[in-house]
Amino acid sequence: MANKLLEVKNLKQHFGTSSNPIKAVDGITFDVYEGETLGLVGESGCGKSTTGRSIIRLYDITDGQILFKGKDIHAGKSRQELKEFNREMQMIFQDPYASLNPRMTAGEIISEGFDIHGLYKNKKERQEHIGNLLEAVGLNREHANRYAHEFSGGQRQRIGIARALSLDPSFIIADEPISALDVSIQAQVVNLLKKLQKERNLTYLFIAHDLSMVKYISDRIAVMYRGRIVELGEANEIYNNPIHPYTKSLLSAVPLPDPLTERKRTRIPYNHEETTEEIKVHEVLPNHFVYGSDSQIKKWTK
Amino acid sequence: MSKKLLEVNDLKINFKTYAGIVQAVRGVSFELYEGETLAIVGESGSGKSVTSNSIMKLIPQPPGIYAGGEILFDGRDLVPLSEKEMAKVRGNDIAMIFQDPMTALNPTMRVGRQITEVILKHNKNVSNAEAKERAIKLLDLVGIPMPEKRFRQFPHEFSGGMRQRVVIAIALAADPKLLIADEPTTALDVTIQAQILELMKDIQKKSNTSIIFITHDLGVVANVADRVAVMYAGQIVEYGTVNDIFYNPRHPYTWGLLGSMPDLKNNVKEELRTIPGSPPDLIHPPKGDAFAARNEYAMAIDYEQEPPMFKISDTHYAKTWLLHPDAPEVPIPDQVQQRIDGYLKEAEENGK
Repeated sequence: MANKLLEVKNLKQHFGTSSNPIKAVDGITFDVYEGETLGLVGESGCGKSTTGRSIIRLYDITDGQILFKGKDIHAGKSRQELKEFNREMQMIFQDPYASLNPRMTAGEIISEGFDIHGLYKNKKERQEHIGNLLEAVGLNREHANRYAHEFSGGQRQRIGIARALSLDPSFIIADEPISALDVSIQAQVVNLLKKLQKERNLTYLFIAHDLSMVKYISDRIAVMYRGRIVELGEANEIYNNPIHPYTKSLLSAVPLPDPLTERKRTRIPYNHEETTEEIKVHEVLPNHFVYGSDSQIKKWTK
Repeated sequence: MSKKLLEVNDLKINFKTYAGIVQAVRGVSFELYEGETLAIVGESGSGKSVTSNSIMKLIPQPPGIYAGGEILFDGRDLVPLSEKEMAKVRGNDIAMIFQDPMTALNPTMRVGRQITEVILKHNKNVSNAEAKERAIKLLDLVGIPMPEKRFRQFPHEFSGGMRQRVVIAIALAADPKLLIADEPTTALDVTIQAQILELMKDIQKKSNTSIIFITHDLGVVANVADRVAVMYAGQIVEYGTVNDIFYNPRHPYTWGLLGSMPDLKNNVKEELRTIPGSPPDLIHPPKGDAFAARNEYAMAIDYEQEPPMFKISDTHYAKTWLLHPDAPEVPIPDQVQQRIDGYLKEAEENGK
């Protein structure tokens, strides 16, 4: 079994005042193993992006613990340790139009991390590295001197990926990296992410609402609903054998490019049932976890 | 056979920009029958939204130019109509559902008034009370619970899915014969999307409305459409019934679109097929077939001469030289064919 790269333990992220908190993430626990892709899916507002942002320290967490390579990431850190951490973990954002500075060239955007970390001070060496990164993501060396507005959406997302790769991280959080792109371009970017993962032994946390793409790219999938992970397991297992009624409802709503099945599609509506019993995570099958009370699990697995 | 409601013949729309004239729509022809749904699919910039906006004459002129062709609605050409005459067509005959329910509603007006406004505008002899009654019925029809209470609320009190229902209610307020839906579910979550699609199909059944559905999501197309037009670089490149397009696609661009979607059913973990490159610049559309540069099956003639629409069957047409009798036989790419076989096999098994 691969090593645990990231351990999230009972993570809570509340916003608003303490008397009236908005519980964006309300106690989730999961691990990410080295070299795998964990997909995080759910509807808007379920807390999936907040989870990603908490892991990369964009928020101070309310409660819980996040361990990266065995070290608590929110524990007090010196500047040096923080820099070290930032090199290891990077993020790819959703909107390729908003996430690139319009006043910087592609080369400047990619090399900003070099300045911060004092790398490649030699100009020639630096150009060499920028060029290599651009080529790794399928752009040309010559693109380094162009500004963001000169690129199409798919190319911009490639620059965003090159920036995330610039410091040679081991873990990348991709927050809806393809939802703003056209279908044919989505496939290009997903293929690129898969290729880079193989070449550089990267670990991904892939956040998205598009279940079909998530299933394609992920080894394991976590389904979130209202700030909690309701089901977690192998991608095929979740798709072929969903147990939580929310997962079933979500899967029943994904349209397939197949008119004959589409015409017979019946959507399964989801009604959230409140229960007074203790709710906890059950391992219903090996490596397939479902969140619910004892009696609920019994009912669902029947 | 149902009646032909809309016929678009060789429509051309240009836009004047500083860089030159953009030929956004380059000779589009299609027809639509009563009670039928036509889906227009394509990437951004393929001209699908310009085509649908031009039917409503929502292209601002200038910079837009109707450079040619006709739009026959119920036998009457809409292109030469004046703004005043067009105002009668909009809402009454043709209504539109926009992509973003967050911006399509007026945030300072109660939802109820936004619906009654349409009813009163289009029917001179309806009283305020009658209009209110009808608006509440419409809210009920589109599946909004407690319509009397909701009638008095503002858009910000509604969720995204509920707002899109309000937008649909407004579009239906004057009983249009044709509904144009421009990516109505793109901004919504999948579960809400499924509900809105069900609602639209339901309404269509009840009132025999025709729908033009614009989207880039092929799953949605498979769900709603009777017929499909695939657009690329301002032209329709393949046109047929939904079964023609999904089970017997003939244009390489359609193959690319189908192949770039991951296959949820069959557990293939191979690379996704992609369409290399990006769409052409429509200020200087390429000579010959606009798709040639991205087409791995392109032949010499593709760079010389534009292909005509080849007829495959009575319902199915495609614009590619590959269908010319002299062209080499190019089968559907394995990956796409395998997937189609998988779907058909499953359908057969289920049918037994």
